[in-house]
Amino acid sequence: MNLTVPSETGPQPPPGPAASTASNDSPPRPPFAQDWGRIARMGAVGAVGQIFISLSNMPVKLDGRAIIEGILSLGYLSLVVLPFAVGSRVGYQVRREGVPFHRPGTYEVVGGAACGAVVGGGLSLLAILIANFDLREPLVNWSPILADLLAFNRGTAFAVVIWLAVGAVIGALGGLLRVVPPLAKRILWTVVLTLFGAAVLESLTTDLAEGMGLEGPVEWFYAPRGGLTVTGAIALAIGSAVLAVVGRGRVKGAKAHIDSLEGPARTRAHLGLILATGAVLVILPMFAGKLTNELLANVGLFVLLALGLNVVVGLAGILDLGYVAFFAVGSYSAAVLTAAASPRINPELPWFVALIGVVILTGLVGLFIGAPVIRMRGDYLAIVTLGFGEIIRLLFLSDWLSGWFGGSQGITNIPGAEIFGLAEVSGTDPRSVFYLVLAFCAIAIYVSWRLERSRIGRAWMAVREDETVAEAMGINTVNVKLLAFVVGAVLGSFSGAIFSAKVGSVFPASFLILVSIVILVVVIFGGMGSIVGVIAGSAVLIGVLGGPKQPGLLAEFSEFKLLIYGALLVWMMLARPEGLIPSVRRTRELHQEEMAQDAWLRGQTDEDETADDNNGAAAGRTAVGES
Amino acid sequence: MSQDPPDRAVPLLEMRKVNAHYGAVHALRDVNLSIYAGELVCLLGGNASGKSTTLKTLLGMLTPTSGEVVLDGEVVNGRPTSYLVARGVTMVPENRRLFKRLTVRENLQLGAYLRKDSDAVASDLERVFELFPRVKERLGQKAGTLSGGEQQMVAIGRALMSQPRVLLMDEPSMGLAPTLVQQNFELISQIHEAGMTVFMVEQNANMALGIADRGWVLQTGRVVLDDTAEALLANPALRTSYLGGGKDDSDSS
Repeated sequence: MNLTVPSETGPQPPPGPAASTASNDSPPRPPFAQDWGRIARMGAVGAVGQIFISLSNMPVKLDGRAIIEGILSLGYLSLVVLPFAVGSRVGYQVRREGVPFHRPGTYEVVGGAACGAVVGGGLSLLAILIANFDLREPLVNWSPILADLLAFNRGTAFAVVIWLAVGAVIGALGGLLRVVPPLAKRILWTVVLTLFGAAVLESLTTDLAEGMGLEGPVEWFYAPRGGLTVTGAIALAIGSAVLAVVGRGRVKGAKAHIDSLEGPARTRAHLGLILATGAVLVILPMFAGKLTNELLANVGLFVLLALGLNVVVGLAGILDLGYVAFFAVGSYSAAVLTAAASPRINPELPWFVALIGVVILTGLVGLFIGAPVIRMRGDYLAIVTLGFGEIIRLLFLSDWLSGWFGGSQGITNIPGAEIFGLAEVSGTDPRSVFYLVLAFCAIAIYVSWRLERSRIGRAWMAVREDETVAEAMGINTVNVKLLAFVVGAVLGSFSGAIFSAKVGSVFPASFLILVSIVILVVVIFGGMGSIVGVIAGSAVLIGVLGGPKQPGLLAEFSEFKLLIYGALLVWMMLARPEGLIPSVRRTRELHQEEMAQDAWLRGQTDEDETADDNNGAAAGRTAVGES
Repeated sequence: MSQDPPDRAVPLLEMRKVNAHYGAVHALRDVNLSIYAGELVCLLGGNASGKSTTLKTLLGMLTPTSGEVVLDGEVVNGRPTSYLVARGVTMVPENRRLFKRLTVRENLQLGAYLRKDSDAVASDLERVFELFPRVKERLGQKAGTLSGGEQQMVAIGRALMSQPRVLLMDEPSMGLAPTLVQQNFELISQIHEAGMTVFMVEQNANMALGIADRGWVLQTGRVVLDDTAEALLANPALRTSYLGGGKDDSDSS
């Protein structure tokens, strides 16, 4: 086997396109020698997807939300997403060693345009079909409103032409993305993301601006009926483009700098970052209004839940699909212990005293549920936790326990949380709720961070990796897993206790299985096992899209939330399985194949070497100097 | 790792007429084994002859239905694995089975999971580095990214971190390329020469008996041969009762 090992690279060449150089590029392919079959296939898939999006009523519903006043609404944006994606994707070429790589050029643009036109053609077809057939019976959104939206109120013929054209243009833009130099691409993305971000964060920005007395400039950016003004959009675009050019590589450089630090300097840098983030989080809400604080508090509650689940799923590898049970137990036990209106027992304890009871109770419930569950493995365990999650909710709902928990009436008039007589935290004051949540998040983050680096954290990871071998190492796998379950339960119960004080009432309907799913999605989306990722995941999913019952910044999305969650998850698993902000650990593990190959190549050299000096040298010292 | 010379009076680890079942399957039948301190012994047998079951029973992962497992004179039937690991019985699992997504350092630390004496753990870590300098270079790397030979070193290092008195090795030649098998057996005899008691379970009879002092042959859960390594190698019954012997065996899984 004559393998030439690339020796010019370091011990660990970074995987990905960055590593490959442009040295073996062939000239661009001729623009019309396209793979038409591939274009037709991808275009057809895109067209079907785009028709599905249209018929899900997303364009009509989201049309009310303007991105740029009078030019682009979120609804129309949803109609051009797929032509763009498909147009960009069709020109994608995998770099393979030994296979000529064509430098991108007009080929990509033409292919993108053709593919985008096919997707646009799907919408044209839809416009024709809506004009000529009435399928409102099975498809509720098969409506004249959708037809008008597609035709810009100018008749079917216009719709047919315009969507073919728009599809082609957008597809060509997608293709163009492969051709333009990195700097142009970077500017383009920065501008697009800035405009979109500014539009999405509109309510947040205006709210903050009001708090700081900066209404003037913000009114200039945002149109009175929502969306950016045209001048504001242009100003933002120019500003962000300049920033993209100036700030090129700065963030990465800073990150690399911090990563390169060692010992106390690195700890100091991290501590500085943490303190700065903490300071922003403490100061920001002071200027924010009720709605923003409400949103922040909701995000915080989910961060707390997701951190708890992260210990269970991310560290110990126990797929818990019924995590909402602990949120429910935390909420109900806090309600029973603090509320005067609690049906059977009502000690009316102050919140902090009640919290001790909440922790003990939830811990016990965690033990009680965990003990039978934990002996199972893999899918069986997941199914059983799913069942227990529902059982807990049904118990709270049942007539049997309604004397204790009020059945479907729930428990109402729960007092706010009193903080050592200093402040009363209740739902009417979302700012104080946010501060309370923030404090508990800080505790949870610290605990997870410490746990991950402790002996018990290592034991959890060992169990996650290989339970049998973990047992052979002397780890009592049952106890260790049970402990993870209980720690997760207690962290979730904090969120529950704050939730009941915030909302002032608890009902079984607040603890649907959907909550478990959403928390799990947050953890997976953010990056399993990564604390920062879990926080970012909550901010994006709960803050922007909205939680199971809480509206996010894009309140218009509420109807399509689950659809978008699903689409995001699928995309995430395909493109970035390690999550939004992965833990280093997960990245390694998911790109194991590349690294295994790397190791295999190295192993090959090792073996060759051992084979060479076969005269009984102690194997332990072979090839020490190598690599 | 220095041990007293073999003490023939009291075996370090012993199986007395052990029977074990997997549900209805009678996996071990009246198995008698005795491992003395400082020995390198091997248990040979083909597929499904009960080799791995023997290991599991010795490590307390399977409770025998009858008979006794004796560690240093103490009957340890039904004791949890952690009890045995804490008292110096450690296994190197077949196919190495490192915790692939954890670093080499974490793997080694997990080997010392039950130990509280952090100073001694640190000095044992140094001793592992002395034995396998290559492991030290790879400390921060994920175990799954190591080459096969390096993984084997970490697997043995991980076992040594528990301060074992007897090392149970499950099929050290399993799934390795022939040159690595050679290297692996050299590692084992190296550790043995440093004073470690080793009990290994193997299919590759020639290789195993080449370095072992004594051996047993297991056939469908029964010990059919029990002799010194030389005698076993010379015994034609080894070839008839157990279809091993060829070097090619290392490649069959």
